[in-house]
Amino acid sequence: MWGSNARETHPIFFHHLLKGIHRGMRVLAVDPRRTSSVQWADLWAGIDVGSDIALANAMGREIIAEGLERRDFIDRATTNFEEYRASVESCTLEWAEQETGVPARVIRQMAHEYAKADRAMICWTLGITEHHNAVDNVFALIDLALLTGHVGRYGCGLNPLRGQNNVQGGGDMGALPDRLPGFQHVENDEFRAKFERAWGVKVPPKRGWHLSGMFDAMERGEMRALYVIGENPMQSEADQTRTRHLLEGLEFIVAQDIFLTKTAEIADVVFPAAAAWCESEGTVTNSERRVQRVRKALALPGDARDDVTILFDLARRLGHDWGTPDSEKIWNEVRSLSPVHAGMSYARLEALGGLQWPCYDDTHPGELFLHSRLWENPVPGPKVSFMPVVHDPPVDKLDADFPLRLTTGRRLDDYNTGVQSRRYRSPLRRGETLDVSPEDATRLGVAEGEVVRVRSRRGAVDVPVRRDESLRPGLVFMTLHFQDDVATNLLTIDATDPKSGTAEFKATAVRVERLRN
Amino acid sequence: MSPDPIWFRPPPRPTRVPEAPPRKEPPSVEITIDGVKRQAPEGSTILEACRAAAIETPTLCYLENLTPVNVCRVCVVEVVGSRVLVPACSRKVEAGMTVLTDSERVRLSRKMVLEFLGSSVDLSTAPGVESMMKRYGADPKRYGAPAPAAAANARDAREPGHHHAPDGRAAETVAQPVKIDNDLYVRDYGKCILCYKCVEACGTDAQNTFAISVAGRGFDARISTEANVPLPDSACVYCGNCIGVCPTGALMFKSEHDLRAAGEWNESKQTKTDTICPYCGVGCTLTLHVQDEHIVKVTSPMDREITHGHLCIKGRFGFDFVHPRGDGSPDDRVR
Repeated sequence: MWGSNARETHPIFFHHLLKGIHRGMRVLAVDPRRTSSVQWADLWAGIDVGSDIALANAMGREIIAEGLERRDFIDRATTNFEEYRASVESCTLEWAEQETGVPARVIRQMAHEYAKADRAMICWTLGITEHHNAVDNVFALIDLALLTGHVGRYGCGLNPLRGQNNVQGGGDMGALPDRLPGFQHVENDEFRAKFERAWGVKVPPKRGWHLSGMFDAMERGEMRALYVIGENPMQSEADQTRTRHLLEGLEFIVAQDIFLTKTAEIADVVFPAAAAWCESEGTVTNSERRVQRVRKALALPGDARDDVTILFDLARRLGHDWGTPDSEKIWNEVRSLSPVHAGMSYARLEALGGLQWPCYDDTHPGELFLHSRLWENPVPGPKVSFMPVVHDPPVDKLDADFPLRLTTGRRLDDYNTGVQSRRYRSPLRRGETLDVSPEDATRLGVAEGEVVRVRSRRGAVDVPVRRDESLRPGLVFMTLHFQDDVATNLLTIDATDPKSGTAEFKATAVRVERLRN
Repeated sequence: MSPDPIWFRPPPRPTRVPEAPPRKEPPSVEITIDGVKRQAPEGSTILEACRAAAIETPTLCYLENLTPVNVCRVCVVEVVGSRVLVPACSRKVEAGMTVLTDSERVRLSRKMVLEFLGSSVDLSTAPGVESMMKRYGADPKRYGAPAPAAAANARDAREPGHHHAPDGRAAETVAQPVKIDNDLYVRDYGKCILCYKCVEACGTDAQNTFAISVAGRGFDARISTEANVPLPDSACVYCGNCIGVCPTGALMFKSEHDLRAAGEWNESKQTKTDTICPYCGVGCTLTLHVQDEHIVKVTSPMDREITHGHLCIKGRFGFDFVHPRGDGSPDDRVR
């Protein structure tokens, strides 16, 4: 478990882990906090925020130094191993202890346990991906899996736990700046031609901007209008002051949402939408690539309309008659254009309770795990390349003025900016707090519940203190759930990964100022 | 982005569809149930063999997604050669075993179990119990009128050994006021048959939170939080998996409890729709129970390999945002 508090953020996935734990499965946890997930682990690497690559590379070096790498797999299925070996050569356990704060013996034990396990899986969440070098972080984990052959086999693999019910499906359907449905790259002429034939229109041959790229484009004045569907960037984006300034500077905003979010409030047009999961028909795709049906259980309130209906009406007004919206018809169009979804008819999804892509035809059972071709001899298709990466600490540096590392995350009972979750009455909810280690609370002289000012290089918020024994000295924690009361994202930095466009929500330099003596 | 072609073109399909390693089919054993020879997989239970043979077997404390705890004794059957009746839910089949599911002994035992439960516990919201009673001729009323209900928390204070034998004039009961200490679910222990399912679901069978356990002994035994604190002060994380497994309605959504109290709960007006949870990426199936365009309860099917019927606090209770609660909460959907 690397950078994931699944016990709270993916509770039912964690049920499956617990079953394994009761049967003797070992859990190694890498997390700056001793979370409720970590409490179930056999070994905890309490890592300094943003030093994941140092830890992974040191594990890689140790595995190679001890001869624990999976040689036959490396030779048959991978390339670039020598470059990887050279890149981790300097990443000794002692060096990594300095860089990560994790004792050398713990790193060594993690390396040995991971490499020697018959089957091992790496699961991660935003602790890996909400960094300025998110993709490099993921490469570092992929390298470990390639090194040990823990990929492409049953019970192994690399498993990013998706945080939203259809974040996988959104990407699968082409809601990415460079992909058409089914992950088909928009800059591939053959794929584009297929979609152009089916749709009877020209598809722009160049990728667009991802979310943070859009904000940069707004800053350059190249982007002047925004159509926001079911997202609340006014509160969810890092460096809220900049975000607000850029959004308010747009000429035109359309918001399609079920609530008048802070983003919808500044929109020129608001389309009242459906709560898709219970007010419309369709599919979503979960973390294990399983496409499942969502169904309409409730009538739509007032003039609210299904997202698809809104888009169809909009298309008609723009001169394209797409006919009458029908979720199964749309899905069948997906199946006709995306080979990995071709075998997933509504009838099969109903009968089987969902199917995992790739599912190529009406008799294909879906793939339980990916990359099994890497275990064939010879490997069909290209071998997989090791991707050597170097440790690059967080952008927002700690110094005498901003000596504390603020990291952000979710709690069990709330969700993102709280737009949905704050409307049910959770007995666990306690509002926003600045969680502080007992050592820092004592050093700062702050009492439980005392409202303090947390200041970063970008902004400041006032928030009550909560002592939290899961935190190590130097580390403080806040959520993003209560932005109306405490706008945590005034503090966070929008240093973004150039490949994924993800901001470094996990690493902000802050100081704590007392408001009274 | 890397110019590596793998970004632009998906890798080829594997030659074979990847599969889980095959599981060895257990050998089957021959048993005789009610005079008929039948095959059952080694390691399976008498209950499973009975169900496979379409022999109706009542259960209360048994559930497919929990480890059997053998406490309700309503599923007992006679195994020829065994001194006592055995619980079908947990006794494994053995080669040559002869099982009687409808003998006089079995019928009497099931009847007594149902009568004792019926005389001491409010089973009015326990689905299926009425037909079990009818089938076994159970008459809980023959133990006399129910004794008066205990005061709030009185039963929770009873110490082992302090219980006095009843005088026989009234049927001793577990009746007591409903515990309402949060907005999500209520605990009506006057309806609790001590089947332990909630304890199992809160414990190692699902949630592993261990917020509740059995306290007390004998007739004073009851389900309790640590030191009997209210739920908000306990370890409870409100997954509601205890509600999901409760066979009597002792644990109930507050929304259901309030509608019942107002006389508005009406299952014939309700629809059940399976959909997927709107929160994290695990993809839990939610069964939405809807009455008058309001979600009144959320469950999950036990046969889904993702949930096995279990959910978390957000999946089970976090639906209020789609419609106002009708309790003065703001209705701020854009419409």
